[in-house]
Amino acid sequence: MIPERYDTIVIGAGLSGMAAGIRLAMFGQRVAVLEQHYLWGGLNSFYKRGGHLFDTGMHALTNYVPKGTRGTPLARVCKQLRISHDELNLLPQKTSQVVCAGHRVRFSNQVELLIEEIGRCFPARVDAFVALVDELRDAPLGEPDPSSARERLTARLGDADLVDLLLVPTCYYGSARENDVDWDQFVILFRSIFLEGLAMPAEGIRPFLALFKDRLVAAGAELRLKSDVARIEVEGGAARAVVLADGTRLATDRVISSAGWVETMHLCGEALESEHVRPGDAGRLSFVETICVLDRWPHELGPDMDAAVIFYSTGERFRYERPDRLVDVSSGVISMPTNFAGTPAEREPLFRVTVLADHERWVALEEDEYVARKQLLSDAALEATTAFCADVRPHETFRDVFTPRTLTKYTRKLGGAIYGSPRKRPDGSTPVAGLYLCGTDQGFLGVIGAAVSGISIATQHAMAAR
Amino acid sequence: MTPEEVVVAIKDIIQTIAPDEEVDGLDMNERLRDQIELDSMDFLDIVMELRKLYGVQVPEEDYKELGTLQGCVDYLGPKLADKELHCASRA
Repeated sequence: MIPERYDTIVIGAGLSGMAAGIRLAMFGQRVAVLEQHYLWGGLNSFYKRGGHLFDTGMHALTNYVPKGTRGTPLARVCKQLRISHDELNLLPQKTSQVVCAGHRVRFSNQVELLIEEIGRCFPARVDAFVALVDELRDAPLGEPDPSSARERLTARLGDADLVDLLLVPTCYYGSARENDVDWDQFVILFRSIFLEGLAMPAEGIRPFLALFKDRLVAAGAELRLKSDVARIEVEGGAARAVVLADGTRLATDRVISSAGWVETMHLCGEALESEHVRPGDAGRLSFVETICVLDRWPHELGPDMDAAVIFYSTGERFRYERPDRLVDVSSGVISMPTNFAGTPAEREPLFRVTVLADHERWVALEEDEYVARKQLLSDAALEATTAFCADVRPHETFRDVFTPRTLTKYTRKLGGAIYGSPRKRPDGSTPVAGLYLCGTDQGFLGVIGAAVSGISIATQHAMAAR
Repeated sequence: MTPEEVVVAIKDIIQTIAPDEEVDGLDMNERLRDQIELDSMDFLDIVMELRKLYGVQVPEEDYKELGTLQGCVDYLGPKLADKELHCASRA
C-alpha cells in the first residue's frame, strides 16, 4: 500500500489549526487538518442538548475593533484568511463589569469608561493607571517575557486591590499560570479586552466556525474528522508521519500541532516525552461551567444584569489556583451572550458562569456521585453570584453543566486544562525537527489570538521551508 | 495583458487580499503600503496570487519592485504580456 503523503499535517481543527491549514493550502501545499471529534472548533465549538443550542468556550470575542481599524489582530486575521469584517457579523458589547475587592467597575469598548471607573474607585492611583494604559497601548507584541504581571503591576500601581481587579479578567481570559499572568500575555490580554474590546457573532460561534471551515475547504485543504491521532512518527530527530488510532499512516514533511506541548510530546513517544517534558509543564487549571437557559432576558432581572460579561472575585484576595476541592466559587466569570448591541430577538436568553475546578477530584468520582455533584456544585456557583447580581435560578428553564471531565473528553487537553501549559513556546518550536506547536501552548489566546497563532506558525515555519 | 490590464489585475488581487480596502482610487506612484494597509506578509500573498493566477514567479529579492502600482506595471508588464486577464476568485 502506498502511504498517503502531505506537505504539512495539522493536528486539531480548532481555530488555530484551521487558520494554519487555510494559509498553507492557499500557498499551494497539500494539507490535511486532522480532528478527533466529528465537529470542528476545538475549544470553541457548539452542541445541542435538550433542544437547545449551546456554544462552548467563547463567552465573548475579544480583540473586537470596528470595521476599517487597521493594524490590529482582527484586521490582520480577516485579511490573511480572506474574510471580510461584515461576514463575521459581530455585535459589539455595550458594557461589562469587573466585581472585585468590594468594587464594581464597568468597562466598554472605549477605554475611557474603564479609566473613569478606576478613578472613581481608586482616585489616588488613576494617574499611574493612565500611564500604564498608555504604555500597554504602545508595547510591542511578540517579545517573550514570562515575568510576573502581578509583581510588575504591584510595583507600578501600589494597590493590591487594583492589581487583583486587573488580574481577574486577564487570568480568566487565558492565564495558564496560577495566581498570575506572564507579562507578555498580560499585555496581549489587556489590549484584547480593554483597548480593543468585546463582541459576539450575531448567531454565536457556529456561523463563525463555518466561515473558517468553508475557507479551509475552498483553499484545498482536507479536513479529516473523526481522525484520532495515536502517534507522531519521529525518525532521526524529525517528524515523518502521523499515525491514526485506526492504524492509518499519513506520511508528511512537517506537522503543526494544536494539541498542546505536553500532549504533542506524548504523541512522539515515551523516550522523547520523558526527555523533554519537565515537571510543572502540564497545566493545572480546569473549570466547571454552568449554562442556564432563562425564561426572560437577563437585563430584566436587575440593574446590573445588562453586562455582557462579569468577571468577579468575592474573596478577600483573588485566588486563581487549582482548588483543594471540586470547585472554588469565590471567583469566576459570568457571560450573558444576549447582552450585546443588536442581539437577534430569536436568540435564547442564557446565563453562564465559569469557576475553577480540580480535574483529579472530578475524574475520581463514581458516575452517580458525579451526576449529583454536578447539580450540587453548579447550584453553589449560581448561589455565589447572587452576592453581586440577580438570582437567575427562579427563571431557569434548563441547565447544562460541563466539568473538567467533559473538557478532557472533547478538547483532549490534559487535565481539562483549557489554557494549556504554564510554559508557553512563543516561537512554536519543539525539540523535533519539522514539528511545531500552534494554538494554546504557542501562547496566543482567544478566538482571534488562536487564528493569529495558526497563521504566524504556518508562515514562520511551514512556508519558509518551501 | 496591456499595462492598463496589469493595473486591473493587481487591484483585483489586492481586493481579494483586503476586501475592506478601497482600491479604485489608488495612486499609481505613491507607495501602496502608504495608501492601504499592506504589510510584508501581504506582499507574500500578492506574489502567491500572481503565481496561482498567471503562473508568474517573483523571487523574493524582487518584491521591492512591487512597491507602487507603476512599479508593478514596469516589472510585471513584460511577464504578463502574453497572459489573459482574469479576475481572482476568492480563495
